[in-house]
Amino acid sequence: MTDVRVIEIKKSVFADNNEDAARLRSELKGRGTYLLNLMSSPGSGKTTTLIQLINRIKDKIKVAVMEADIDSDVDAIKIKDATGIESIQLHTGGMCHLDAEMTRQGLDNVSLDGTDLVILENVGNLVCPAEFDTGAVRNAMILSVPEGHDKPLKYPLMFSVCDLVIVNKIDVMPYFDFDLDKCSEYVHMRNPKARIIPICAKTGEGVDAVADWLLEEVYNWKH
Amino acid sequence: MHELGIVFYIIRDVKQAAQENGVEHVNAVVMNIGEVSTIVPEYLTDCWRWAADKEEMLKGCELKINIIPAVTTCGDCGREYETVKYGKTCPHCNSANTWLLKGNEVEIKEIEV
Repeated sequence: MTDVRVIEIKKSVFADNNEDAARLRSELKGRGTYLLNLMSSPGSGKTTTLIQLINRIKDKIKVAVMEADIDSDVDAIKIKDATGIESIQLHTGGMCHLDAEMTRQGLDNVSLDGTDLVILENVGNLVCPAEFDTGAVRNAMILSVPEGHDKPLKYPLMFSVCDLVIVNKIDVMPYFDFDLDKCSEYVHMRNPKARIIPICAKTGEGVDAVADWLLEEVYNWKH
Repeated sequence: MHELGIVFYIIRDVKQAAQENGVEHVNAVVMNIGEVSTIVPEYLTDCWRWAADKEEMLKGCELKINIIPAVTTCGDCGREYETVKYGKTCPHCNSANTWLLKGNEVEIKEIEV
C-alpha cells in the first residue's frame, strides 16, 4: 500500500476572486469612483447603448470606459470617436470573462483622479461573466429583443446577479413576438429586485431612464 | 467555456496549499462540483490535464470530481426537491419562492500527496 497523505482544503475556487473584488470595491469607494459592470450576449447593442448613455451624462459627471474583448479595439475606438471620453481596450487573451484582478489591471490604465464613473463592458457572454465578481458596484445587463423574452429562463445565474436589466431594440418588438410582460415576469423569478428598463439604443428612446438610474447610483455611491 | 479560467484558480490554490504544507508534488486534487454550478466536468478535466502538466509540482496529478446533487428548498411549503428535475418552481405547491440549498459548489475538497 502506498503512503497517501490527504490534506483537506475545503475552499471555494471563487473565494480569492470574491476577496479581491471586495477589496477593489472598497478602494473605489475611497476614491469616489463608481464601477458598473455591463454584460450581455454578443450583438445585443452594448456599445451603441453606451454611446447614447454617455452622451447624456458626460457633462454632469466624468466618465471612462473599459472595453473587454477577446481581441480587436474597434469598440474602444468607436466609443472614443462618438463621445470624446477616455476609453481603453482590454484584451482577455481568449478568456471568456473578466475577474477582479483583470479589472484592477485595466483600472490601473485609466486616469481615475476625478473620474466619477467607470463602465466596464464585459466580454459578450451570458454564462461565464456571471460567475466572477469584477469588483463593480452594480451589475447591469442588456437583453435585446431578437434574443427572445425567455432568455432569463435559459441563463438564470446572469439574471440573478444583475441589478439592472436593459431591454434593447424595442423598436423591432412586433417582428419578434417578444412579450415584455413575460420577460419581466421571468427576470423577477430570478431576481425580484431587478430593475427593468426598455430602450431603443438606435433612436435613444428610454435611454434617459437609464441615465437617471445611473446618475442616482453614482451620487449615492459618492455621498 | 470558463473551465480553463477555473483551472488556473485551482492550480493557484493547490500550489499555495502544497507550499504551506511543505509538499513537493501533488498526486491528486479532489473537487466538489455542484450539479448546477455551470461547470462541465469533462471540460474541467481536459483543461486540467493541459494546464497541470505544465507545472512541475502537478505533473501527472489527477483531478477527481465529486458531483454534488442540486437541491432546492421552497419558501412557501418548506419542502425540498431536486433542482435539475423541477427547476425554479416547487413541484409540491407550485410556488416560485424557492432557493437553491446546494449544488452550485466549485470547491477544492482536498489534495492527495
